[in-house]
Amino acid sequence: MSNQFSRRSVLGKIGATLAGLIAAPAAKAAKTVVQKEFVTSGAPKGYDPTQHKWRMAIDANRCIGCGLCAEACKTENHVPAGPYFRTWIERYIITKPKAGSGEARGEVFVDCPDGGMHGFPEPPVPKEEIQHSFFVPKLCNLCEHSPCTQVCPVGATFDAPDGAVLIDPTYCIGCGFCIQACPYGCRFLSPITKTAEKCTLCYHRITRGLKPACVEVCPTQARIFGDLKHPVPDDPLQQFYQNNLVLALKPHLGTEPRVFYAGIDKEVR
Amino acid sequence: MTNLVTTGVLEAMTNIVVEVMPRPEGYVYPNEATVQPLWGILIVLYPYITGLVAGAFIMASLVRVFNVRALEPVYRLSLLTAFAFLLCAPLPLLFHLGHPERCYEVMMTPHLTSPMAIFGFVYAWYLMAVLLLELWFDYRHDFVNWADITPGFKGMLYRLFIVGVTDTSEPAVALDHRIGHILSIVGIPSAFLLHGYVGFIFGSVKANPWWGNVLMPIIFIMSAMVSGIALCVFNYLVLSWIRRRTVDMKCIDMMGKFLFYALVMDATIEGLDWIHRIYSAEEGFRIMQYMAREKLFYTLSLGQVAFGTLVPLILLGLLQLIRKRVPELQRRRMYFTSSLLILIGVLAMRWNVVIGGQLFSKSLRGLMGYKMEFTGLEGWFMGAVLLCLPFIVLTVFVKLFLSERLPTSGFVPHREPGEPALEAGEV
Repeated sequence: MSNQFSRRSVLGKIGATLAGLIAAPAAKAAKTVVQKEFVTSGAPKGYDPTQHKWRMAIDANRCIGCGLCAEACKTENHVPAGPYFRTWIERYIITKPKAGSGEARGEVFVDCPDGGMHGFPEPPVPKEEIQHSFFVPKLCNLCEHSPCTQVCPVGATFDAPDGAVLIDPTYCIGCGFCIQACPYGCRFLSPITKTAEKCTLCYHRITRGLKPACVEVCPTQARIFGDLKHPVPDDPLQQFYQNNLVLALKPHLGTEPRVFYAGIDKEVR
Repeated sequence: MTNLVTTGVLEAMTNIVVEVMPRPEGYVYPNEATVQPLWGILIVLYPYITGLVAGAFIMASLVRVFNVRALEPVYRLSLLTAFAFLLCAPLPLLFHLGHPERCYEVMMTPHLTSPMAIFGFVYAWYLMAVLLLELWFDYRHDFVNWADITPGFKGMLYRLFIVGVTDTSEPAVALDHRIGHILSIVGIPSAFLLHGYVGFIFGSVKANPWWGNVLMPIIFIMSAMVSGIALCVFNYLVLSWIRRRTVDMKCIDMMGKFLFYALVMDATIEGLDWIHRIYSAEEGFRIMQYMAREKLFYTLSLGQVAFGTLVPLILLGLLQLIRKRVPELQRRRMYFTSSLLILIGVLAMRWNVVIGGQLFSKSLRGLMGYKMEFTGLEGWFMGAVLLCLPFIVLTVFVKLFLSERLPTSGFVPHREPGEPALEAGEV
């Protein structure tokens, strides 16, 4: 019993704790260095991801469903033709309730023909029967606790320090686990590269001081993009946060999406 | 012309199995509207085969650890079954990868928060540390004996398997047995780990309400035990039939008993899962209910529940009650039918989990379709080949390691230990 707290054991424990404390940040730093050096992220040399915090926000009140963003994304990022999208637009149509039905709302129609790339057809119900109709642009939600990153067996997908969630295409084994784990349907397995793909916030553009392609072409500023660490005068992102009550998608899953939405309804999932 | 005929035949064969062309109903996310689900038949087979391994190993442990002497005739057969299936288990997983050539990365740079990253280690542990070692310690004495009396290639193989340890003194053999016993004890939690973790791969996906379920690993372990024992029953009966040998009724009755108990537990846990789902009726329950009724009717209601669980439960339950009144031939037929139905039922269960989880949109607003093709990597043919492969490997193992012509110190089906080996030509 007298040996329980011997000098040797206490010193040993202190030493081990210190070694752990020293080793942990060193390991973290080493990981960042390795990521910076070896990851094919599309960023130019000298770009420091720790100096930025990129964010996108969506003001659904402004979206007119023109589909330019989805089309620009396909072109800019060479997204394969067919049912593969890094960003898309959903149209929600909520009809009025039938008279005397005792309901607050009628039916909900959701569609997204060809990712909304070429606009939308006439609504499936006459205009006078519609209670609400709105468009919702969708993209990677850049989750704080991204389930896709968590489940990747080789660590090919990772959270960049600047807020982007990226995939190393030279490392991805194409198992598809991340695609199953994403609650928002934002990922797909490219039929060309056979690796997982998703929205990167146009990493090759934003790291060179440009805006993502979808933000660039949006005619109504429904997509708002900015850097939380370097706000510009009259920063649209700061104004968006200031002026809107926001929602995130599927908050009950605990993924903490960093893409905030203004002007969406409870029907949006 | 030949091409046209081939295409025609292939199309006809494909069309036999086509119910409807895949067309999403309702709204599905655009990335979900692909023709094939991301995880197809290969990922259905992977947990199926892994489950058979775990179950067959538990079967063998009943002899070694729990001392169920009636099961001795199937001890080695169960171990070899587990081994043959384990060798084939990673193949479907490997084939389905977009980049199979990078598969080693899972072990070189595992991302430790991923359930899939652990696969390489669990698999390697189970294969190298448990199954291979247990088999070796069990067979070492025999290998030494066989190496002397077997000529040619087979003899060379046995000599190779000895890896230089030729000591057959009593203490050495006793040590073999003791280590085998310890390995068997280690093997039980390992088998649970192997398959429970496969269940966790699905159970951990919170994005998918069909999968994300805390009971999933337990359901997988239970169904693995059921299917593994059923496979051993099936293999034992088929081997006896091929060898024209009488079946040890004490042994098969005991297997039937364990199969019945395991099936009762499995059905209870799966029933509990369903009761919980129906009662809590969380988000997405309505679409899953619709999917289970419409899209999975044949595989869930008929395959998994009616023929895969209820019929075997009744057959095996009856045998527990009135075994003595049923003639031996009838009993064997009932065991065979039950084991075959269970094997099909558990395959249907894996299908329902894997494919079912991809038949509804994560928007919870629509359903996807699935048309399984005949050819291609995710087709019927490939599935059948991968399912037959472990049986082919097992046949080779039985020829090599369960030969009736070689004297043995262990348990070979149809022979008491110590009974003299058959003369050549007697079989």
